[in-house]
Amino acid sequence: MSGRRSRSRQSGVSRITEDQIADLVTKLQQLIPEIRSRRSDKVSASRVLQETCNYIKNLHKEVDNLSDRLSELLESSDGAQAALIRSLLM
Amino acid sequence: MSSSLLSPNPAVNSDRSLARRKRKKKIQSPAVGENLSDAIQLQNAPVQWKSDAQHQIYTSKLLQALRQVRQNNASSPQKSASRRVHEAADRVLAATAKGRSRWSRAMLVSRLKLKFMKKNNIAKRQQSVMTAITTGNSSRPLKKSKVSILRLKSKSLPAVQRKTRILGRLVPGCRKQPLQVVLEEATDYIPALEMQVRVMSALAELLSVSSSSSSSSDSISGGGTAGGLTQFRTSRPPTT
Repeated sequence: MSGRRSRSRQSGVSRITEDQIADLVTKLQQLIPEIRSRRSDKVSASRVLQETCNYIKNLHKEVDNLSDRLSELLESSDGAQAALIRSLLM
Repeated sequence: MSSSLLSPNPAVNSDRSLARRKRKKKIQSPAVGENLSDAIQLQNAPVQWKSDAQHQIYTSKLLQALRQVRQNNASSPQKSASRRVHEAADRVLAATAKGRSRWSRAMLVSRLKLKFMKKNNIAKRQQSVMTAITTGNSSRPLKKSKVSILRLKSKSLPAVQRKTRILGRLVPGCRKQPLQVVLEEATDYIPALEMQVRVMSALAELLSVSSSSSSSSDSISGGGTAGGLTQFRTSRPPTT
């Protein structure tokens, strides 16, 4: 109990309430396509975190695949690539 | 500046809007101009990852970085080419974020870490590098005061804590951060990753179309590449 008292005396410490956490969880839920459509009162924070983890892993895998593809494409013939890149940057 | 970006040819505009509708998701902001004016006004606001301006900034920077990767082919032979492309893309993504978020700073710092820092001094050097990178633009102080989270039922659940740790490992720079920080960083990181996927897939499409058409007959290639190129050519890259 003394721990709680000393914590409450600290004035410069920012307290994170559950409302703020719930707010952040709602915002995160809007970003994830799988649970975006469901209403917020049915989705628990644990579910949102799980789906977020899965979604970020999927995005990482996609970026991996894309960088594989891009590295293959960049190593192929030079002439067309250099001209293309130059024209894209103009 | 905004007018030059908003006035492409009407023919190209329909192509772009089709591509936009196909690739981008449904909860897009309605107009690009809105995003630009908002971004200019609120300078400390988080990066608008869905705006076309960011799309083009990232694309041009990525192309420059990829050209350097091609030129430095002999420098780091132990890594695969795909790994180097991935790292270049991540680096440019973090640079586009302008160091306003923790994950972007962590991404930029980790590359310096590998090159010439000893394990003992990493914490001190990280602080000094972060001050150098985020010159007065960071909305949060570098030395964070300890956050005391009220012990609530939902957070003391081991399931939630475990998932927070997993999520913290996925988002760079958030390994041991409390739930609130991890959630905020994830909220910024996910749109950035989505934009990275969009840009890289568009680039891969363009390069594969051009390479396949260059190998086949030239008469067919004229229409395909021209159509793909015009969506980048008509709008000049922004000067920011």
